[in-house]
Amino acid sequence: MLFWFVYFVCLVFFLMAWFFFCRNLDMEAANFLWFSLKKSIMGIMFGLTISDKFFTVYSVTGSSMHPTFTTSNGSFPAFLKGDIVLVERFWDDKLSHGDVITFKSPTDHKKEFVKRLIALPGDWMQCPNSHDIVKIPEGHCWVEGDNRSSSLDSRHFGPIPLGLVRGRVTHIIWPLKRMSKVERKVVMNRVYRT
Amino acid sequence: MSAARGRIAAFLTDAASRFSHIPWRSIGSDALDRASLVVKAACFVHVVNTYIVGIAFVRGPSMLPTINLTGDVVAVERITPRRGTVEVGDVVILISPENPRKTVAKRVVGLQGDAVTFLVDPIHGNATRTVAVPMGHVWVQGDNIYSSRDSRQFGPVPYGLIQGRAFCKVWPPEAVGFIGEKY
Repeated sequence: MLFWFVYFVCLVFFLMAWFFFCRNLDMEAANFLWFSLKKSIMGIMFGLTISDKFFTVYSVTGSSMHPTFTTSNGSFPAFLKGDIVLVERFWDDKLSHGDVITFKSPTDHKKEFVKRLIALPGDWMQCPNSHDIVKIPEGHCWVEGDNRSSSLDSRHFGPIPLGLVRGRVTHIIWPLKRMSKVERKVVMNRVYRT
Repeated sequence: MSAARGRIAAFLTDAASRFSHIPWRSIGSDALDRASLVVKAACFVHVVNTYIVGIAFVRGPSMLPTINLTGDVVAVERITPRRGTVEVGDVVILISPENPRKTVAKRVVGLQGDAVTFLVDPIHGNATRTVAVPMGHVWVQGDNIYSSRDSRQFGPVPYGLIQGRAFCKVWPPEAVGFIGEKY
């Protein structure tokens, strides 16, 4: 998860902007260090706020969303071979069926997963591979990965509370030849919306 | 006619020269400074509120007598849940699993792997049940079990829904004090 990338970019932007505007200040070393420290802290806070409230970038690992996203193994610099996506945060939950969303895992709060939203509260849906029909309880949603065979999703841990949802993936921004908008793919034959 | 035209022309050139003498650049840089100060303050408030400590207004009957019916303002620290060190007996603020727009305050009664024994319906008898809390979840109950919608109704709650640990009441002044393990 590339939060640090956003902070780093914001930090660099901030520092560059300030050095550009203040390059005619002549300060001694201690003042300069303090100055840089202040600007770094400002840059980090700015980056954190943007990353928490507006949008951020993630590196996709794992093959559960193949072929929508291709993967990497997450370590530097190999993650540059995988997809890097733009994730938008939102304040009001305008989620739709078929959106790709990111959410905190219900089994391990430190991990974040990327899956597609299949059903919203109140919907009736048919579980894959079985003839059960479940009603999604209020406040919960059903997520599944596009790559059925290799995806740990609601088929294993059940519907997840909407409070765990952290963002919606809108675009793939790397690699450049795969740069595109991530489309909503609605599953028609399993979900009855109410 | 030409006198009027002349006056209009004089007015316009006068207005134009006055317009160009307004110190736009310094007004602009002043405005930018103030705006950037507001943005910096907003970022600072957001970072402190999300990562260090925030406040919450808690009300309702489910945490009596720890928290007042009509509402107390509590200080909520964000460090413990983020590190994963919430303990049994902590009062936590969490997003309700039944309604993601609602945050509730409850006490943690069981962590992942614990076996929790609880009164199913304390108003109507002493029937108890024992439940094992799954991995990555916690079991929360209100202090006032007679009037609380908690894990006994909606089941164990994923740890990721916990937003903070309420450790201290800060308002009203007669209620100020640390929130302890149990009343």
